[in-house]
Amino acid sequence: MRHCKILTSRIQVSFLALFFLAGCATAPQRGTGDLGVVIERATGSIQVVETTHRTKLAQIPGLGDLSHASLNYSRDARYAYVFGRDGGLTKVDMLEMRIVKRVMQSGNSIGGAISQDGKLIAAANYTPGGVKFFDAETLELVADIPAVDQAGKSSKVIGLVDMPGNRFAFSLFEAGEIWVADMRTPAKPVLTKFRNVGKEPYDAMITADGRYYLAGLFGEDGLALLDMWNIEAGVKRVLNGYGKGEQKLPVYKMPHLEGWAATGTELLIPAVGRHEVLVVDQGKWAEVGRIPVHGQPVFVVARPDNRQVWVNFAFPHNDTIQIIDVQSRKIVKTLKPGKAVMHMEFTPRGEHLWLSARDEDKVGIYDAETFERIGELPADKPSGIFFTHRAHRTGL
Amino acid sequence: MRDNPLRFFRIGILPMLLACSNLAWGDQFAQGVAPAPARQAELLNLVRQDCGSCHGLRFEGGLGVPLTPAALKGKPVEALRDTILYGRNGTTMPPWSPFLTEAEAGWIVQMLMKGLP
Repeated sequence: MRHCKILTSRIQVSFLALFFLAGCATAPQRGTGDLGVVIERATGSIQVVETTHRTKLAQIPGLGDLSHASLNYSRDARYAYVFGRDGGLTKVDMLEMRIVKRVMQSGNSIGGAISQDGKLIAAANYTPGGVKFFDAETLELVADIPAVDQAGKSSKVIGLVDMPGNRFAFSLFEAGEIWVADMRTPAKPVLTKFRNVGKEPYDAMITADGRYYLAGLFGEDGLALLDMWNIEAGVKRVLNGYGKGEQKLPVYKMPHLEGWAATGTELLIPAVGRHEVLVVDQGKWAEVGRIPVHGQPVFVVARPDNRQVWVNFAFPHNDTIQIIDVQSRKIVKTLKPGKAVMHMEFTPRGEHLWLSARDEDKVGIYDAETFERIGELPADKPSGIFFTHRAHRTGL
Repeated sequence: MRDNPLRFFRIGILPMLLACSNLAWGDQFAQGVAPAPARQAELLNLVRQDCGSCHGLRFEGGLGVPLTPAALKGKPVEALRDTILYGRNGTTMPPWSPFLTEAEAGWIVQMLMKGLP
């Protein structure tokens, strides 16, 4: 009898254990491949969203001043590293939907990058000007490169990108220089500096293959180009004096080069101070066309199949989006998604495009084939939208 | 150099004409007439969001200089107002006169100096 009782309780215990195990097994598990982050710039919060059912999963507050915020994803696409204007660097767990770690790494920051091996997070800073490198796991400082030129003057750092070989490239706004940092030994950065690349580089991008680093110049018409396969050849000036002699318009919002559309043989880039998208031959690095558009372009973003590009515009034309057919270079659609369209992001395979309409407090979702608005999500002054497929792309 | 009040005279005839045509607004500003409430809300959003893109949402600076009350303390109001209206040549600061009257720019300076609500 007694024996029997023990047996029963043993059975109960094992049932209990089984129950718990089953509980664990059915606890919500998911991948991160259809997740993303929407920056809510005014409230210093982010939304974690998913693109399969087009819903918000969580809102996470406490990320500081998120004007001009950007982020990078860890190589497992689980963590987002969010760079705030106020110098805050925040590591967010996309699955547990919480802040894992947050450090104030500078007084004023503009963006960041993650190394090829995923171990280093780099932050580009305005004040004090320079790049800081952090351990991706712990956010502990690993290396610090002040952007001080030969004259001893500090520069704002812009256009920071990762490159193959655990290297990074960035540009110095005031000094007009491009620096490449080899971070294979993280505690001992090896710097290669290119001076006199042009006046006031304001943003830069790297082609998806990691070969060409291109910096846009604000202080003059032209671009500075560094070919990483022929780095000893130095920085070359391309598109020199495009639109020379023409009156430039005032620039109410700096164009962003991150979204520069590379369509295989051509690059489509925003012209500074002009209502034009420039078409550049990627072999000759020469202008081969200009597409007149509705306003000054800010982002020129290629659909993943490179057949069309979507363009948004600077104030006061920022209520409009135009879609350009790459083959014919014609505008095939003009949309009015709402006031102050800040950013656009395609879903990984490009069937939908999400955009943020800041002054409407909405994220709009569009069918990338029919251009129909298929949904929207409320968001508090949304700006950047970042989906996790960026985790596996050089320069993003 | 930065806040040279004479810079107003270096920036050409057209803005000066514009400024003259706006004298009535200037007078209103001098008498402390604020924009209508709906316009105030628009302007505050513009300042926070669009100026904030370069100067930071908390106006602690970015590509543009800091615009906190502490940073602006002691600077001449007219020079600040003219910088908003006509931009600052040789920098990334564009002219906002196509979108703002002189009185509105003056009111924005007042708000920035006090600290935005």
